[in-house]
Amino acid sequence: MTALSTAMPTAFQAVQIDYAALAPMLVIVGAALLGVLVEAFAPRGSRHMIQVALTLVALVASFVVLALVSVDHQTVTAGGSIVVDGPALFMQGTLLIFGILGVLTMSERFGGRSADAFTPMGAATPGSPAEANAERAGFATSEAFPLTLFAMFGMLMFVAANDLITMFVALEVLSLPLYVLTGLARRRRLLSQEGSLKYFLLGAFSSAFFLFGAALLYGYAGSTDLAVISRAITTANGDLEGLLLPGVVLTLIGLLFKVGAVPFHSWTPDAYQGAPTPVTGFMAAATKLAAFGAILRLAYVGLEASRIEWRLGVAAIAVLTMVVGAVVSVTQTDMKRLLAYSSIAHAGFVLVGVLAFDVTAVSGVMFYVLAYGLSTIAAFAIVFLVRSGGSEATHISQWAGLGRNHPVVAGVFSLMLLAFAGIPLTSGFTAKFAVFAPAVAHGGLAGIVMVVVGVLASGVTAFVYFRLIVLMYFTESTADDVVVALTPSIASTIAITVGALGTVVLGIVPGPILDLAGRVSQFIL
Amino acid sequence: MNSLALLASQGEVASATGVTAYAWLLVGFPVLGAAVLLLGGRATNAWGHLLATALSWASFVLGFIMLLAMVGRGQEERAAHVGGWNFIPAGQFQLEAGLLIDQLSLAFVLLITFVGSLIHVYSIGYMEHDPNRRKFFAYLNLFVASMLLLVLADSYLLLFVGWEGVGLASYLLIGFWNHHPAYATAANKAFFVNRVGDVGMSIAIMFMFWKFGAVDFVSVNAGAAQAGSTAMTILGLLLLVGACAKSAQFPLQSWLGDAMAGPTPVSALIHAATMVTAGVYLVVRSHEIFNAAPNAQLAVAIVGAITLLYGAIVGCAKDDIKKALAASTMSQIGYMMLAAGLGPVGYAFAIFHLITHGFFKAGMFLGAGSVMHGMNDQVDMRRFGGLSGAMKITWITFGLGWLAILGVPPFSGFWSKDKIIEAAFIGDGWKPWVFGFIALIGAGITAFYMSRLFFLTFHGKKRWIDEREDPERAVHPHESPLTMTVPMIVLAVGSGLLGLILSWGGMFSHWLEPVVGGHGEEHPVLAVPVIMVLTLLLVAGGAGYAWMLYWRDSVPLTAPRGSLVTQAARADLYQDAINEGLFMRPGTHLTRALVFTDGSGVDGVVGSLAASIGGLSSRLRRLQTGYARSYALTMLTGVVAVLGALWVMN
Repeated sequence: MTALSTAMPTAFQAVQIDYAALAPMLVIVGAALLGVLVEAFAPRGSRHMIQVALTLVALVASFVVLALVSVDHQTVTAGGSIVVDGPALFMQGTLLIFGILGVLTMSERFGGRSADAFTPMGAATPGSPAEANAERAGFATSEAFPLTLFAMFGMLMFVAANDLITMFVALEVLSLPLYVLTGLARRRRLLSQEGSLKYFLLGAFSSAFFLFGAALLYGYAGSTDLAVISRAITTANGDLEGLLLPGVVLTLIGLLFKVGAVPFHSWTPDAYQGAPTPVTGFMAAATKLAAFGAILRLAYVGLEASRIEWRLGVAAIAVLTMVVGAVVSVTQTDMKRLLAYSSIAHAGFVLVGVLAFDVTAVSGVMFYVLAYGLSTIAAFAIVFLVRSGGSEATHISQWAGLGRNHPVVAGVFSLMLLAFAGIPLTSGFTAKFAVFAPAVAHGGLAGIVMVVVGVLASGVTAFVYFRLIVLMYFTESTADDVVVALTPSIASTIAITVGALGTVVLGIVPGPILDLAGRVSQFIL
Repeated sequence: MNSLALLASQGEVASATGVTAYAWLLVGFPVLGAAVLLLGGRATNAWGHLLATALSWASFVLGFIMLLAMVGRGQEERAAHVGGWNFIPAGQFQLEAGLLIDQLSLAFVLLITFVGSLIHVYSIGYMEHDPNRRKFFAYLNLFVASMLLLVLADSYLLLFVGWEGVGLASYLLIGFWNHHPAYATAANKAFFVNRVGDVGMSIAIMFMFWKFGAVDFVSVNAGAAQAGSTAMTILGLLLLVGACAKSAQFPLQSWLGDAMAGPTPVSALIHAATMVTAGVYLVVRSHEIFNAAPNAQLAVAIVGAITLLYGAIVGCAKDDIKKALAASTMSQIGYMMLAAGLGPVGYAFAIFHLITHGFFKAGMFLGAGSVMHGMNDQVDMRRFGGLSGAMKITWITFGLGWLAILGVPPFSGFWSKDKIIEAAFIGDGWKPWVFGFIALIGAGITAFYMSRLFFLTFHGKKRWIDEREDPERAVHPHESPLTMTVPMIVLAVGSGLLGLILSWGGMFSHWLEPVVGGHGEEHPVLAVPVIMVLTLLLVAGGAGYAWMLYWRDSVPLTAPRGSLVTQAARADLYQDAINEGLFMRPGTHLTRALVFTDGSGVDGVVGSLAASIGGLSSRLRRLQTGYARSYALTMLTGVVAVLGALWVMN
């Protein structure tokens, strides 16, 4: 147990903290705390505006600080628990962009007094007089915005966490606000609460796996620091070999839960369907990115040395994820659930890249989650617009003939679907190429098998997406209910436009972003 | 850097300087016009046609300034290369889209923009009352832009872009009045036949890429001499297939007659003066390939010789004025092909005849349009007659074109066509005798059918119905407005004088020599004066015979049954029946067989695959029960399974 004794400090030493490196996170957490105060003291009428403005300013400020200051402070800091390196910065920057776009869509009011997506009173029983009174009195759950910032803080920390404890704390910091946000949908309250509760229960279950795995790894290496674990694996004498594999598998599974990998995906459709639609978009883009950031770091920095032992297990999960995600999406009838299964399939595609274990795969994965996130936020923002009798028209049959009445909305949505299907000249194609290419080049036989499965699964999902396009453009709408697309506010329009432009630009001229991702894909150990 | 740019840097083709560096604007002006007119919608209805015309003239002015700049440069420095953007970057293969401005392409630029602009002006009058006038001018501009791209491209691939662009414009304009089903069918026919040529062109480009690793003119020309004659024969024949379709040469000639469904200015510009000559341009531009492949060259000459007779024979029997002119176009391009197939002795004359033909044939088409304009869109020449009094300007300008195509000295055709006939008599063995006499006989037939057309229309007794006979159905022949007559006059002046000016001291041949290569002094197998006298005698005979039949004698209103040859010629020598029997029927059967295989075999497999995925999907979907407890159980199962499997494996 020599490793243990060396890791124990003999006397208390104040750790060095590079505040410039941590500044983006500090800005976010500060703004989130400020948001709590706003919630307490600002008058109800102006709360929405203040919260939205504060959140956006904080996100933009954090991004500016990141781009101008933190890039020059790439280091391991806070006593080795946080590492700010190229991949961390790239993913933090991407997360902040997703945050900005997500908040822009969440702020959508459609001319009402408060955000349209959120219930006036989260704690009231659905359909109760209390809820009706809250609605009448103009209550609003503007705390959604500070909650988003807290989640954002957790995600920023998640992709920069350099030891298992920090990683776990970040995981919980990002998850808890999301559990609450999931339960705040204004309409179909019961479904929303049910999704929230399931998400919470299963999330807690998976956190337990992660903690158990972390404990086993600590037992094996004598430290939770990823670099120390890595060293321990290469220099191990075999005494505690039995702890390693369960530790690795359990920690990875804790993280794979967050990306919705099969068989840890069951929460995804329920939570995606129940959550307020803009939150779903934000969650699908940002949580997935943060979790893949953590998986990349854990797998490449901490556990890479033992990859021969566990890689096939994760490869099986990747194959299963792609197949189940693609196949089950075929029979979905609800738009949000369909997109949820699509996100599951996409998680499988990204995993194929992760398992290539090459520096080009890191940039490929980062590019993929960026491209996918931009399209996803815009896609859910559009789902949010399509209404029937005031509530969202999420049943697929309600989308029939949308292309005739709302050509722009249907056109942009079709663009997103083409991107999801990976059609050339959209970001989806470049992204798939960016993760599949390293898998073929460096992943060996398993990599090639996974890519073949991935391409076949893409074919299945393409069927699903094209069927939607056919439905929107070539099917007459059944005249039972009137489906309209509401006119979005400037904020949502910006978010959708950025998402659509990103989808096209990353498809046609992906060079600059791919180069950037390639340049910053080296982890600091 | 592609090899052309490489050679440019080594000084073989200098990069353009001065005004020539703005060559992209030549294409840019008409593209802008097409874009504004098509995207601007109804807002541009009022002034769109004027903008299109102005932009076409702008291209001409720029081209003319470039000509002055080129004349100012020394003989060796005339060719210039204008870089573009990296068109296709693919690993080692980099294709830059650039323009090549040399004597050949500039000659084409001036022909296209000058005749094109005149026809724009003419169309202002001709299309005045058409509800879709804006679209018409947009397509015309699109055509001019594509055609300029075709002749200016520095590589076969970029040429192909222009090639397809003119095909598209041609398709859109043939079917411009597509509310007539027959016109829409004509557009489709042109489209289909041209696909055959495009396949040839595409394979040719792939072949070049395979053989030379490049598709730009400089590399291909440089590699052609060393590549071996078999490869070059294949390449030459593939290019010939492309050329045949675009230029309506035998055996892909069938679409041109039907293409006359388009508005007459279109027939003048696209289907007489410019697009249909693209095949000749292709052959001349690829001269190094054909020089290295005598057999392919011979094939070009044979195709040209067959087509020149074919067109001439068909032209004798047509009563539709535009179809007769179309047959004549086919025949004249046959002359150009024949010249291009003769090798270095013929290249310059092929292009020379192409230019003079562009003028006189466009002029005659515009004249035909003017006649139709004054005759309520009647096209049957048996219903014309004696129009020389009613339409003086049309008569005189058409007359000049007629004299030019007959090759009467000193009009344009005499200088260009007779040179081709002379060149056809050059060589050894059987070739000069066969090609020479075909060219000679063709000239006689040309004189007959063109005189027939001219006399039927403008001379003899009037055969149209006037006010006194039947006020209901009467026509009132009248001269066309100035916007139409001025372009006709300009083109008629060209028909009269251009040949003389350009051949003064062999000017045009010397001009092209740096591009197509020179050749030594060669003598025809018959003495030149003998050929000239024979030609003139045949021409006089043909014209005289036509005079007897169609001016002196009265012409029946309905066509007599005629001999078997006449009947065959009237049916375009049964080209459609042959195409149908040889290609369409077997093609239809093949398609049906394939559809059946596809339906029962491929679709069956795909369908059952889809069904099984759907079935799997509904089964897997049941796992999503909605109970958190069963979700947790799934997770636990997953954890145990992964752990267990890895434990067993390790």
